[in-house]
Parts: sequence; C-alpha cells; structure tokens
Amino acid sequence: MAREATRNRKIAFTAFAWLVGLTLFFPILWTILTSFKTEGEAIATPPSLLFFEWSLENYFEVQRRSNYLRHAMNSVVISLGSTGLGLLVAIPAAWAMAFSPGKHTKDILMWMLSTKMLPAVGVLMPIYLICQSLGLLDSRIALVAVLMMMNLPIIVWMLYTYFKEIPGEILEAARMDGASLGKEIVYVLTPMAVPGIASTLLLNIILAWNEAFWTLNLTSSQAAPLTAFIASYSSPEGLFWAKLSAASTLAIAPILVMGWFSQKQLVRGLTFGAVK
Amino acid sequence: MATLQTQTAARFMMAPAVVMLLVWMIVPLGMTLYFSFLRYNLLMPGMEVFTGFGNYEFFLTDPAFFVALGNTLLLVGGTLLATVVGGTFLAILLDQPFWGRGIVRLLVIAPFFVMPTVSALVWKNMLMHPVNGLFAWIARGLGFEPVDWLATLPLFSITVIVAWGWLPFATLIILTALQSLDREQKEAAEMDGAGPVSIFFHITLPHLARALTAVTLIETIFLLSVFAEILVTTGGGPGIASTNLPYLIYIQALLQYDVGSASAGGVVAIILANIVAVFLIRMIGKNLEA
Amino acid sequence: MGAITLEKVTKEFSGVKVIPGVDLEIAHGEFVVFVGPSGCGKSTLLRLIAGLEDVSSGTIRIDGVDATGLAPARRSLAMVFQSYALYPHMSVYKNIAFPLKMAGMPEADIKAKVEAAARTLNLTDYLDRRPGQLSGGQRQRVAIGRAIVREPEAFLFDEPLSNLDAALRVNMRLEISELHQSLKTTMIYVTHDQVEAMTMADKIVVLHAGRIEQVGSPLELYRNPANVFVAGFIGSPKMNLIEGAPAAKYNARTIGVRPEHIQLSTESGEWAGVVGVAEHLGSDTFLHVQVEGIGQVTARISGELNIHHGDRVWLTPPPERIHRFDGEGTAI
Repeated sequence: MAREATRNRKIAFTAFAWLVGLTLFFPILWTILTSFKTEGEAIATPPSLLFFEWSLENYFEVQRRSNYLRHAMNSVVISLGSTGLGLLVAIPAAWAMAFSPGKHTKDILMWMLSTKMLPAVGVLMPIYLICQSLGLLDSRIALVAVLMMMNLPIIVWMLYTYFKEIPGEILEAARMDGASLGKEIVYVLTPMAVPGIASTLLLNIILAWNEAFWTLNLTSSQAAPLTAFIASYSSPEGLFWAKLSAASTLAIAPILVMGWFSQKQLVRGLTFGAVK
Repeated sequence: MATLQTQTAARFMMAPAVVMLLVWMIVPLGMTLYFSFLRYNLLMPGMEVFTGFGNYEFFLTDPAFFVALGNTLLLVGGTLLATVVGGTFLAILLDQPFWGRGIVRLLVIAPFFVMPTVSALVWKNMLMHPVNGLFAWIARGLGFEPVDWLATLPLFSITVIVAWGWLPFATLIILTALQSLDREQKEAAEMDGAGPVSIFFHITLPHLARALTAVTLIETIFLLSVFAEILVTTGGGPGIASTNLPYLIYIQALLQYDVGSASAGGVVAIILANIVAVFLIRMIGKNLEA
Repeated sequence: MGAITLEKVTKEFSGVKVIPGVDLEIAHGEFVVFVGPSGCGKSTLLRLIAGLEDVSSGTIRIDGVDATGLAPARRSLAMVFQSYALYPHMSVYKNIAFPLKMAGMPEADIKAKVEAAARTLNLTDYLDRRPGQLSGGQRQRVAIGRAIVREPEAFLFDEPLSNLDAALRVNMRLEISELHQSLKTTMIYVTHDQVEAMTMADKIVVLHAGRIEQVGSPLELYRNPANVFVAGFIGSPKMNLIEGAPAAKYNARTIGVRPEHIQLSTESGEWAGVVGVAEHLGSDTFLHVQVEGIGQVTARISGELNIHHGDRVWLTPPPERIHRFDGEGTAI
C-alpha cells in the first residue's frame, strides 16, 4: 500500500516537474529549433515544432553577412581577458586576506563589496568620457578594463571564501617543512586552491560574457561582443528570426554548458558566501 | 595570527587590488559628482558653467523622473515577487524525489545563462510578437484576439522577460538553502506531531529566511539597473511607459549628450542603490563574523 | 642536540599579554608535556618555539644558538598538528617526502627515507593513498612520518590525539612513547589531558593563564603540587579541596586530599556523610559523598564495594597525605 502510494506520488511529481522544467526551458529550445529553419518557416503559422526541413544555412548566413566570428572573438577576448586579469590581481589579495588577516581585513572586504553595489549607470558619463578622451571607445581594451573592475570584488570575494576553507595549519606545516613562501604557493596552496580558482574563473567568464550595459554603451561595431551584436537585431529591418536564432544559439551555447557545470559555485559566488 | 614577515608580504599582495578598486571608485564617482553641478552638454563643448543644484532641479522636477522612478520600483518589485514566490515553489518541487531530477534542474536554471539581449529579443520576436509570435498563435487557437504585449503592456512584458532570467537564480539559492536543512530537525518536528504544512511554516520557512533575504537584496541590486532588456525591446516606450531610471539617464547622456543632468541622475541612482546596499552589506558582514 | 631554552619569553596579541614571561629549560632527549586548561597559552608557547608566531620579547635558544628570529624551517624542528595538516592533494608518500623535497634531497635518498619511515609506522601499504582515504589513526601516523623523516632536533606535538576516539588515543599514546624511546629525540607535547601528560612525560610543565605554575616529573607534581591549581589539575578524579573550619584545623586556608588516599569506614571516622552517587568501575569504586559541614567529597576505593546511594559512611584523610595551602594558594 504505502509503497504504491509513494510510487504514484513519484510519478505525479515526475510528470509535473518535467512539465514545469520544459516550460521554463522552452524559449531556449524554441530558439535552437528556429535556428535550423528557413526565414519563411520561422514565422510560419501554425509554427512547425520539429517537422521542417533542417538546415544549417542560417549559421553560414550569419557569418557571411555580419562577420559573426569577429564578435564572438571579441566576446572571448573580453570575458577571458577581464577575468584573467582580475584573477591575477585578486589571487594575491585574497590569499593575503584569508591567511594573514589584519585588523582591517574585514573592513576592506566589505568596502570592496560596496563598490560592486555602485550602479553602473551612476558612473556611465565619466567612464564614457574617459574612454572617449583616451580614444578607447569601441575598443576591446576599454571593455577588458571596465569589466575587470566590475567583477574584481566578486572575484576577490569568491577566492577569499574558497581560500578560507584551506586550513591555516596546512600552510604552517609547509612552513615547518621548510617551504619558502614561493614554494608554499606552488606546491601547497595552488593545488589546494585550484578547484576554487577554477569555479571563480568559470562564473566570472559567464558574468563578463553576458554583461550588457558597458558592452552596449562603450562599443559600436569594431569591438562589439555578442551581446551588442545581437542587440543590433532589434532594429526593424533586422527581423530575420532564423538568423537571430542562429546567432543567439551560438552566443548562449558555450555559456550554457559552462553554467551547467558551475551551478554549485554560482550560488556561492553570487551571494558572496552568504548562502553555501 | 602570524609572523611579521608574512604580514608585510600580505600588505604588498593586497595593494594592487585595493589601489585599483579605490581609483575605480573615487575617480568616476568624483567626476559624476562634479559634472552634476555643471551645465555641460557634449553638443556645446567649452560652454561648461557651474549651476549649483540646477541639474538636480531639472532632473528631479522632470515628470519623466517620477514615471521612471515608478517604473523602476514596479519592475524591481514585480520581478522580486515573481522570482521569490516562484523560486520557493520551484525549489520545493526540485527537492522532491522524481525521475530525471538532474536534467530538470538543468532545464530550470538554463535561462540564467542567456545573455539579456538574447532573451529580450527572443521573447520580443518569437514569443510576444503580435502577428507571428507563439503567444499570438496560441491566443488565436483559443479564440482570443492576440495581444501586442510590448505595445500595450510594456512594463509587464519586460518584467516577465527579466523574471524569466532571474527565476533560476532565486530557485538555485533557495534550493541550496533547502538542502542544507537538517533532516533531524524535520524528523524531530514530525515526532512532535507537526504536519507537512506546519513543518513548512515553522521549520522550513524560518530556515529559508536568510536565503530569501539574500535573494531579495542581491536581485534588487541587479534589477535596479536593468537596461539591455529595455533597450532592445521597447526602447523605453511607448512614450516613456517602460523607461526606468538607468534608461532615463542613458537617454540624457548618450542620446541628448546632457552630461550635467545625466550625472545628477546618476547620483540619484547611486543613492537609491545604496539604500539597498547598506542592508545587504550588513547581512553579509554578519555572516563573515560567524 | 635538541636542548631548548626560553628566556623571559613574552607574547602579546593586540595589547593582551597572552604569555606574560616564561623561563624554561628543556634538556636534550627529554619528553616535555605542556599541560593546562584551554586558553592557558600552551599552544601559543609551542608555536613560539616553532617560529610560527613572533615573540614579543625574550629569547629562544636551540642548542645554545639564538633562534628567536629564525624562520620556522631553519630551526630544525618538526611539528605534528592537531588537525594533522596533511596535504590533501598529495599521496601519503608525497606527504612524507615533502620536507625532504623542500630540503633539496636527491630522489633516491628521499625514497629510502620515506620507505623506512613507512615501515616504522606501518604505512607501507598506504603510500599511494590520499589522506582523505585514511582513518584518523593512519592520518596521525602520516603526520608523524612527515615529522620523523626530517630527523629534527626536536618534535613538537600540538594536541595530536584530541581528534581520535578513546581507544585509538590510548594506542597512539603508546606509539608516541615508543617512538621517543627509540629516537631519543627531544619532544614537546601540548595537551589539555592530564592523563596524557602523566603517562608520557619525563617532565610536565603546568601552565595557567600564560604562566608556568610548576615544572617537574609526573610523580613530583602528583606528590608535591606547588599550589592549589596544580593540585586540582593533576590527578583523576580531582583532588578534594576543602576550605574553612576543617582546613583551619590543619593551620591552612585550604587543604587538599586525593580521593584515592581517603580511608573509608561504615562505622566511624573523621568526616561523616551520605553517599550521593556511587560509580562502580569494577577495579575501583568512586563514591561522591555529601559530608556534613564540608560539602561533596570524592573517595576512590580499590575494588568492588557494596555501598550504594543513601548509605551512611565515614571518611578519614590520613594526616600525612594532606596537602596544605595558604591564602595565596601556595603549598605550605
């Protein structure tokens, strides 16, 4: 009796949960499907779900018409560049704060966090004008720098919470064992910190890849990453849904995969360790 | 905690990050503040004059400001309501035993990783389009007149789009908190004769309080600066019906080149965000001590 | 050769004097135990010797050489941590080999040494495992292995057994004692457990609030505690400390008598009382007696005893076994 009730319950939950899950995922699924249709089929009524002539034409077309690869490359450079540079600055800082905390470490951490709370729009004008006067509008350099600064507090915080979990006694043991500071970092700290660094890297690439304020406001064509490139499809003459879908699918696919891998770290990173 | 040598090293290691962030904060902030007291238009270079609170007066008495402020609050509030309630529901659902939990979980969190411009355009064109969109087709199939979502209900439509993207975030955090709930606590409550409903309200919900607060505060910070979704869907319109504060400032700044009043608006936005930030930082700070 | 001297060593943490000033001589080959309640500064003292903390003032000499300013690694000391502090990403072999690798020893010598240590510690079968796959006792042995391969002048142990269960703790205690017998190297061992201190030490250092209360061999401390604190800390069950009229009778502010020295009678004696709780351990019986005019007194009687809750008994402290303390708590 009881077992059967549990089983029925499980079947009901399975059906319901899948329904909810597929509904939420539907816009993405629909985008992916549409990217394989022709423009005609894309706007056809009634819409065709699976039974249409599958074609990769849109993907080639997107590249032919607007040099998709350049924008994809911009996205790669900007997200990897800003995250990489951010890590370079943040790893020593987080290391110091986690293992050699001083009186003001906590205040510094909270202050760093508060810079993240600054709304981007509040400093739009100065950043725009600075970039303009340096001739950096529509350049990758400007975006790498700006996004690095935007994400630096998150990077420091994430690394800090990961480093905090490495017991201090282990580093002391290394010191007793004769490891110099450099060797301590190479042989002990880094291998233990790699998982944390990797998930920090992953989450921040995602955040930088999807950033859509500075990328829209500081680029026009040359340095436009995918966020800005896709936005150009909003103009009325750009209503090519199948091509939009193809471009969108390419833009979200890699990040979706990375995101699925980093779902655990996501919670921790975005709540600054408040929820683990 | 440690020796003098390591502490000196620590200072040197922290310096680059601290200095960079300090510059990043002070320079633009100072410039925004400075510009906000100038009459400064990029179309009329060299004509900058000090105007005191003129820009603030201009910005704050502009009827568009109140509309934008209202829109900002509605957008934040609506999205919060949808994501917190929906997220709690989804988290509880995903916490139940069923077949394919891992896959459903992936499906649910996927929207969070879709870049704002993509999600906005996909919703605008392929779902909400009044002629060829999927919703229009469904409406017609059911015998209703299709709704031109973004023209007649612009703010609501944008809220839906934004909420779709943030629902996974709320779900994931609440789910994490839910799974950290001590089973023994629930079992003790069951032994004490509590039913599922009273367990939810007396054990689960208080346990989630912290996660819910975190979700609310963090989402608020991000939602106060929703921009791309508006830019690519309605462009703030029709009229200013879906213009929020960041978008209004963007119009002042990069469309009208009015640096002065855009900066005044920026200062207002910063103050608004800080009200939320104070609570968030306090909460995280408490956590840091524990 | 492993002699350590502390001269007027002090340590402050942000203005708070944790160690107000300690002088101590540790001879070569001695097994010294720092014992005291938590927060007494025993771990801090150990870390000062290790060089993991800087002293605020004073001098630390190792083999007569001033080591006060030396980096931890250059003091030729090895430490076993409370949490074992094994490197989780390295195999047991690599953990033990790590200090040798840091010292730049050739690979072949490292291998020989690690394997020798593994044989001594029964770790040969586990050399390829990661610490996460080992039991608590095995991890403890890896930590010791990592310490002994360096052939240090002295070993420092920071509460190494506190994470083990009771049975294992007794085993490891013996192993460490045996290790000391065979290596004959100086060992400094920190614990809050006075049983560990009594069973392992050549010399016990009792610490309280950063001060040394008494230094001596286990039996010296047991027989002649220098003050009330040491009297109460050393010995189990705790010494009965009695103030007031019964103490005044012996011209002291406080008198102390160990539970095992109290003589029991069911007919007559110096102190009359009623048994509250009787703990029958088989080998011993602990009686917690409510004595009229004194309060609770614990007596430890050898063997099995047919006395239970509510029985009326008489306790007599043998005069030669009574410890007398003055108003400052110092032994008279």
